[in-house]
Amino acid sequence: MNRPSLWEALRGVVRRDLLLAMRRRSDVVMSVFFLVIVASLFPLGVGPEPAVLRTIGAGVLWVAALLACLLSLGRVFTADYLDGVLEQMVLIAQPLPVLVVGKVFAHWIVSGLPVVLLSPLLGLQFGLDGEALGVLVLSLLLGTPTLSMIGAIGAALVLGVRGSGLLVALLVLPLYVPVLIFGAGAVTSSMAGIGGEANLSLLGACLVLSLFFSPWATAAALRIALE
Amino acid sequence: MNWSKYSAPLAFYPLAGKMIPWFSAVAALAIAVGLYIGLLVAPTDFQQGDSYRIIFVHVPAAWMSMFLYVVMAIWAGVGMGLNARLSFMMAQAIAPTGAMFTFLALLTGAMWGKPTWGAWWVWDARLTSELILLFQYAGVMLLRTSIDDLRRADRASGVLALVGVVNIPIIYFSVKWWNTLHQGASVSMTAAPKMATIMLTAMLLMTFGFWMYSIAVILSRVRCVILERESQPAWGNPSAAPEVAEAR
Amino acid sequence: MYWGSVSEFLAMGGYGLYVWTSFIATALGITWEVLALWRRRAAALADSRGIVRSIE
Repeated sequence: MNRPSLWEALRGVVRRDLLLAMRRRSDVVMSVFFLVIVASLFPLGVGPEPAVLRTIGAGVLWVAALLACLLSLGRVFTADYLDGVLEQMVLIAQPLPVLVVGKVFAHWIVSGLPVVLLSPLLGLQFGLDGEALGVLVLSLLLGTPTLSMIGAIGAALVLGVRGSGLLVALLVLPLYVPVLIFGAGAVTSSMAGIGGEANLSLLGACLVLSLFFSPWATAAALRIALE
Repeated sequence: MNWSKYSAPLAFYPLAGKMIPWFSAVAALAIAVGLYIGLLVAPTDFQQGDSYRIIFVHVPAAWMSMFLYVVMAIWAGVGMGLNARLSFMMAQAIAPTGAMFTFLALLTGAMWGKPTWGAWWVWDARLTSELILLFQYAGVMLLRTSIDDLRRADRASGVLALVGVVNIPIIYFSVKWWNTLHQGASVSMTAAPKMATIMLTAMLLMTFGFWMYSIAVILSRVRCVILERESQPAWGNPSAAPEVAEAR
Repeated sequence: MYWGSVSEFLAMGGYGLYVWTSFIATALGITWEVLALWRRRAAALADSRGIVRSIE
């Protein structure tokens, strides 16, 4: 029997997770719905003043995206942990970090990408205009994969722990702070006329850094959870 | 003398017990002299008046909070690299002291900020990083207490502590750039004039005192941790019994 | 000695509230930690079933 290559293994993991997610579509719909509701609560809370909404818009959408990502983190590993698939993944010959990248990518497609696609619409609700909308979409496109990568570490650490839903939020939110600052900062600085490039490249740097470190940390956390 | 035998918790226990009084005495002396110089001998600052005296607790507490986090992460890393139980116990013992100093740094910072800037809190890079540091200490301690299996609790909180070490400098710089990108620098904490020697002496003495205090408290706490763990009947560690015999 | 009188010392040039809150909070924090440790040690010793006597 010849061993599948790394690339094939990665694709296999992604395809399997996407297939599973498609079978339970309500989960995906729920996190998108959550994002829309949270974003709509803010204008009701702070009042319909267009100038105020424009200033807080980027920050609110970013916080909402962060919370939506957090809500879906439990889905990354829990089902596989409970039915024993995760143990098989640790044991097979393919390196665990590569499989982790596959699972996180699938998680991003299911929970991050809808947020990115929906953000222009929500941005319009907050009165963001042409260029700021573009920067918002771009910042979310760069930032949400980072959120998934970092979140995977937390999700792996709390596997099978009591009260894991709340715990993962406490562990992961402090680690999300830089992404939030750069992401929301890109939009506000482009609105202020300085251009969002500096913040966007910092977001890119965060993405590269998390792509490099997080799979190893997640793999280590998974091994700890399974031993 | 063979130092490696002290990596066994039950062999380290009496050694720690012998060191605690010395560190406590040095800590008490340094803090007493530091307080004497700082509160009684040092003159008033011509810019800030006497409110600057908060520096003698604020800066040492802030330094210790960051230093202890790094030390905690190093012990956790050593524990994972060498599979050493005592290292994880040290990491566990450091966290509460570090969290307390972080809290004190935030509290005294607010006490200093109100008279100096007119606000209890500003979203400055240092303040924000210190706040996130407190959250990270809390996260490490919470993760440990929510996992029942000790071996897993040690390792999981160790991974979190190590990830957090990367996060703190990133947060510091992100807030710094965030402030400079689109906010006029309303507050500058770096513009303080050079400190007089006598003030610096008092501050360094207090820092040294806090450092020695931390060592004494951490050693004392690690002794509690050793006792608690070794006396757990259900703790499936086959090497525990020979260690007791050896230590006799 | 820098201060002229005790009341001057306590007033801290008008910043007494802030300065003394800081120092007292720090002292309370340290006292609390030491007391908590003392109690934890007593509890651990009570539960240890004589391990200490065997090693010390």
